[in-house]
Amino acid sequence: MIGSEAAVVRRHLVVAAPIDQAFTAFTARFGEFKPPEHNLLQAPIAETVFEPRVGGHIYDRATDGSVCRWARILTYEPPQRVVFSWDIGPTWQLETDPQLTSEVEVRFVAEGPNKTRVELEHRNLDRHGPGWQSVSDGVGGDQGWPLYLARYAALLEAEG
Amino acid sequence: MVTNQAGDGWSALADGTRRAIVDCLAQRPQAVGQLAEQLPVSRSAVSQHLKVLKDAGLVSEQAVGTRRIYRLNPAAVAALRDQLDTFWQRALAAYAQVAEQAPEEDS
Repeated sequence: MIGSEAAVVRRHLVVAAPIDQAFTAFTARFGEFKPPEHNLLQAPIAETVFEPRVGGHIYDRATDGSVCRWARILTYEPPQRVVFSWDIGPTWQLETDPQLTSEVEVRFVAEGPNKTRVELEHRNLDRHGPGWQSVSDGVGGDQGWPLYLARYAALLEAEG
Repeated sequence: MVTNQAGDGWSALADGTRRAIVDCLAQRPQAVGQLAEQLPVSRSAVSQHLKVLKDAGLVSEQAVGTRRIYRLNPAAVAALRDQLDTFWQRALAAYAQVAEQAPEEDS
């Protein structure tokens, strides 16, 4: 079976910024660094909004006005910690069953007045599979993924 | 390289028919003929799509008597992990730049 370690992505980095600024950048300015290929909508993203409260969402609003709420804010403790769900299935469709979603925790630790360690853990990935239930239960319809995925793959290949 | 594997997985799913095949296999392992009956494409087209999915590590095959049965690879979670690892790598690199910019306004 799949070990729990295989179902976790961990990354950390240290940024040259005070902890408050590091936290605010991650939340209020999420849309400025999220890779633009990450889009479940048919039209380009006009803005990505990170609602700064438990029960809020991270959502994308496209240029055609459509909205995709792809994360639920589970913990919001500025400037130390934020946890949100990842409601996107393996084939990049919106997952509506919370039991089949993973979650992302981001912790901020001040290492100096202008130095913050950021630790990210994306865990419980195995909830999205291995049966890939999310695929058959997922929201149907053509969501424009061929275009976006092809672009993403081309980018990776260019980098590789 | 991990990124290339992830790229293959993404590329493999960047096709409506292949996503439909994955959809079918998510319900139960099946042979080519069974898949072709449910999809608006020929048996040989299904075979070609299965080859792409197999090469991307998303699907595996097993001989059962004279038939080959295709199933989703449990390692697909690992593929998903690789995708997300790549996603966060890119996102956090861009985040560092945003975080280290002087705030545009006092907060």
